[in-house]
Parts: sequence; C-alpha cells; structure tokens
Amino acid sequence: MKSSIVNMVLSLGIITIAAAAILGGVYSATKGPIEEAALAKQVDAVSAVTPAFDNDPVAEQTLITPEGEERALKVFPARKDGKLVGTAVESYSMNGFSGEITLIYGFDTEGTLTGFEVMAHQETPGLGEKMGVWFKPAEGEPGAEGRTVIGRNPATTNFTVSKDGGDIDAITAATITSRAFLDALARASRANQTYVENETGAVPAAAVTGATPKAAQPAPTPASEDSVVVSETETNTLVKAEP
Amino acid sequence: MLEYISIIVTAIFVNNIVFAQFLGICPFIGVSRKLSSAVGMGAAVTFVMVIATAVTWLLQTYVLNPMGLAFMQTIVFILVIAALVQMLEIILKKVAPALYSALGVFLPLITTNCAVLGVAILVIQKNFDLGQSLVYAFATAVGFTMAIGIFAGIREQLALSDVPRSMRGVPIALICAGLLAMAFMGFSGIKIG
Amino acid sequence: MSRNLRILLNGIIAENPTFVLTLGMCPTLGTTGSALTGMSMGLATTGVLICSNVVISLIKNFVPSKVRIPAYIVVIATFVTVLQFLMAAYVPALNALLGIFIPLIVVNCIVLGRAEAFASRNGVFPSLLDGLGMGIGFTLALTLLGAMREFLGSGKIFGLEIYPESYGSLLFVLAPGAFIALGLLIALFTKIRTPKAC
Repeated sequence: MKSSIVNMVLSLGIITIAAAAILGGVYSATKGPIEEAALAKQVDAVSAVTPAFDNDPVAEQTLITPEGEERALKVFPARKDGKLVGTAVESYSMNGFSGEITLIYGFDTEGTLTGFEVMAHQETPGLGEKMGVWFKPAEGEPGAEGRTVIGRNPATTNFTVSKDGGDIDAITAATITSRAFLDALARASRANQTYVENETGAVPAAAVTGATPKAAQPAPTPASEDSVVVSETETNTLVKAEP
Repeated sequence: MLEYISIIVTAIFVNNIVFAQFLGICPFIGVSRKLSSAVGMGAAVTFVMVIATAVTWLLQTYVLNPMGLAFMQTIVFILVIAALVQMLEIILKKVAPALYSALGVFLPLITTNCAVLGVAILVIQKNFDLGQSLVYAFATAVGFTMAIGIFAGIREQLALSDVPRSMRGVPIALICAGLLAMAFMGFSGIKIG
Repeated sequence: MSRNLRILLNGIIAENPTFVLTLGMCPTLGTTGSALTGMSMGLATTGVLICSNVVISLIKNFVPSKVRIPAYIVVIATFVTVLQFLMAAYVPALNALLGIFIPLIVVNCIVLGRAEAFASRNGVFPSLLDGLGMGIGFTLALTLLGAMREFLGSGKIFGLEIYPESYGSLLFVLAPGAFIALGLLIALFTKIRTPKAC
C-alpha cells in the first residue's frame, strides 16, 4: 500500500486506539485477579510461617517502624483463642544482588523463627530462588546444620553468614543474596520485638542485631523474669516469657 | 555522590548488562567482528539509551502515572525508542556517513536491542529518580560498550585461529563470551556505600 | 511434503531461531537456568508470536509500508502487555521468575523478524503455522538449553533429581555457563545438520 500522510496517520492512529482499547479492557479484567493473587500469596505466606492460628492476621495487620529506620514493616499478628501465638513480618532488604528483596518471616512470641517465605526478588534467576530452600533444608540433608534458620532464636544464634563470622552458611555462589536475606531477617526481628513489647509488655528473648558484616555480635537483651506475665490491659492475653 | 558512584560501579562491573543481566546480546554477538564497528555500536547505544531513559522516565512520571495509563508502559516506551532511533539514523547519515555505513543494518536494530527497553523499564521498577536513572542508563551503556569492545578485540584474534568447523562463528564466540562472563564474576560482591 | 508442513518444520529445524538464525539470544541465555523456566519462556514467546503473526497478516494490506514497522511494534507490544497481565493474574509465581524478560518479548528479534519476513507477505493460515513452527523451535531450544544447564549445574531435569546436587557444576547455572552451554549446543546442532561438511 502506498504511503501518504493521511493514510499513515490514520492507520497508525486506528491501530494505536485499538491497542489501547484492548489493553484497557484486559487491564480492568485482570486487575481484580492480580490483586487477589497478591492477597492470596500474602495469606498463604502468613499461614505458612506462623504457628497455627484462628484469627485473620491479614485483616489485623499493623505497621511497625523498626528503631532507627524510616520505612514501616507490615506485622501480621497470629492469635489462637484470642491469645497471641506469633507474628508474621513482611520485611525487605536493599542489599540484594540486584534490587530489593521482600520476604515474610514468622516468629513465635519468644522471637524464635518459625518460618519464612520469599515474596519477591530480582536476584539472578536460578540463584535467588535458592533462598526459599537453602535456609530451610529438610532434616538430614547434607550441610543442613549450618544453614537452617528455622527454630533458631536470635538470642542464641548469630544471624550472620559464616564468612562474616556468623552462624549461618551462605548459599553457594550467592553470598550477597544470603546477606540480604539475613539483613531482612534482622529487620523483621526488630519489628517483631517492638510489636510483642507493645502488645504484651513482655520482652522477647532478643532481636537479631548483627546481620550486616560490620555489626557487632548480637547482645542478648536480658530476658524477663521466668514467670507468666499478665498484661495489665488485656487479661486474656497470657504470654509465657522464658529466658 | 557516593550513591551515584555505587550505581556506576554496579552497572558497569558488578551487574554488567551483557554478562550478568543477559540484555543486549543480539548486537553483542552481531556487531562484534570488528573493533571499530563495535565501538561505534557502543556509542550509538549510549546515545540512545541515555536519551530514551530520560524521555521514558519523564513520560512515566508525568503522563502515564497521573493519567492511570501505566498499563500502556511497554507500548509507549518501545515507540519512543523507535522514534529516537529513526532520528539518530537521520542525524548520523548527514553528520557521519562513514560511521553510518559501518553500522549499516544494525542501527535500526537498536530498536530491538532489549538493553535499551530493558534499562527504561528497570529504572521504573527500581524507583530511581531522574538523576539516578540517567546515571544508571549512562553507566549501563558504558558497561555495554566496554563488553562489546573487549569482545570484538578477542574476536579479531579469533578470526585468525584454526577453529573446528562446527565451532566456527557464533559457537566459539559464545564460549569466549562465557569465559569473559566468568572474569566479570570476579566483580560480584563489590559494594560501595 | 505439503507446503504447510514445510512451513511448520522450517521453524523447528531448517531455520531454528536459536540454533540457526541465532535470534532472541537474551531470553535464551537469561531464562534457561532450569528446564521449566526455559520452557515457560518459550511458550510465552510462542503465544505472542502466533497472535502477532496472525494479526499482522490480517492487517498487512491496510498499513502503509512506511509506517509498517511502528504498526507491527504496536501490535506486538499489545499482545506482550496482555500476556503480562494474564501471567500476573493467573501464574504470579512464574511471572515473578521470568521477571523483565516477559515485557522484553516485545524486542525479541524473532517476533518482529517473523512479522516482517513472513507474516507481512503471506496469508493468515501460513502465518499462523509459521508462528507456531518458530515458537516450537524456540521453545524446544530453550527447554533443551534449560535442561542441559539444570542437569550439569544441579543434577536435575525439570526438578527431578538425576544425581546429587553437590556433584553438579554450579558454573552452568550461572551466567558464564549460559554462554558456554549455548555455544556447545549450537556447535552440536550445526554438526548434526551438515554431516558431510564436517
């Protein structure tokens, strides 16, 4: 077809308008499912990382800003029979290999890590995904001892990669990703500590303090007395705080 | 300042667009037989990448986002890049005919150079401001030019060597690129700031 | 051999986009860390390729030749964005895994190349077959490369363990391995295709 200004503008215009119309349609049609998928991912992740609960943590989420930082983290409280059994914290790290990583970490009320899920990352394909399996190996897997983070408490574990003098073995060939993982973990742990303190008045065993290479060894916060602490405001919120 | 240096070092060495991010491979393989044309290609990509990133960033921030048209991102970006490449072609034809003939068919191919569109999308994803975006685009392009320049130097030598027939051309070039990528892995983990 | 079958097979063997034309290298290298991601990327590209080929062959007579490339790009970009939304809505995990390589299908040389070289000169049905053939050829190549890298790198194929991961050479999962594995595969393909010359 011969080109003239009129038919060039006309044909391009029609194609672009058609394209915009199709895209607008698909966009509004998929907007709902995309949001649902994101929400479902969050709900799944929260229930995967926390101890069993019977409330709706996503509906009860609050924002907590860890000390000395600007960005708030989402904290999802998990309760059973009205009693706090743990929290899930959506945390992030900017120290990844390429860009930000987002994870959800689960803690019990003593600050022990109960699970984690990777939410989003831009790490190298094939390596970044390893975060999700490396740090929670099946029992008896070779090297599982050095890399598992589940069931460890910041009070007794130095959550720093072993290369930097910590207790956690980094993912092979992905030390940066591993450091970012532990950085996000430290941030989540601090937010969790703040949340549990606000909620119960009790101090969880400790928060991770040393995920950055230069940071000092974590100084365990003195645990509260070995007794049942009854919060003054809510009598049904019993939290057993152990050293 | 430190922030910009960090972006530059990361984009050129640590996260080299070719060796670590696998973007812009087509021109990397296609225009790297001669050092001179490789450097020309690098210069053209640098020019297009910086301008394209500036234009697309402004469009995204001041037109698409306020109007709720973020879903048109891919279409708008690729059209802006295509138009810019056309302009560059016309300018080069008049100003530097020698360079124009050297780059030949590959100049229009900058449109389909995924590095250019990739960087335009990446700076939006990374939430960079305009200054950071421009620095990132420029540094990425320098990284690309460096990669294609080194690679062209190797391929000029390679043309003189006796390579098994089925390995000639692209296969041996890819394996050399793999060795180069391995060298670039030495930069990984470097962090500033 | 009928003409249609020849068009279909052309993309798979004679003009295999990866092994013969060496087009679309970025996703080929960037998404083949495992057989599954490679195959998904191949299928996503195939979808766009078929749709854009069909539509471009339908509109080819209405588009003035001077603006045909921008017009084709708009068509391709539309399908890519649609694909992006659909993937984000229904397979968010896969979408996150393939990341920026999904929007970048728009600049995949194969898609625009086939639009210009085939769909703009042929009828709807042959264009569909060409898109399908090229797509299958691309998908096979990516799956093969993904499987090779996954096998050498982590001892698995499609996540199925063949030998323990600790014996694998991580190099093949990382960037250099992508280049080297692809180079070796192309050399192998060239050797098989031209047995007498070697």
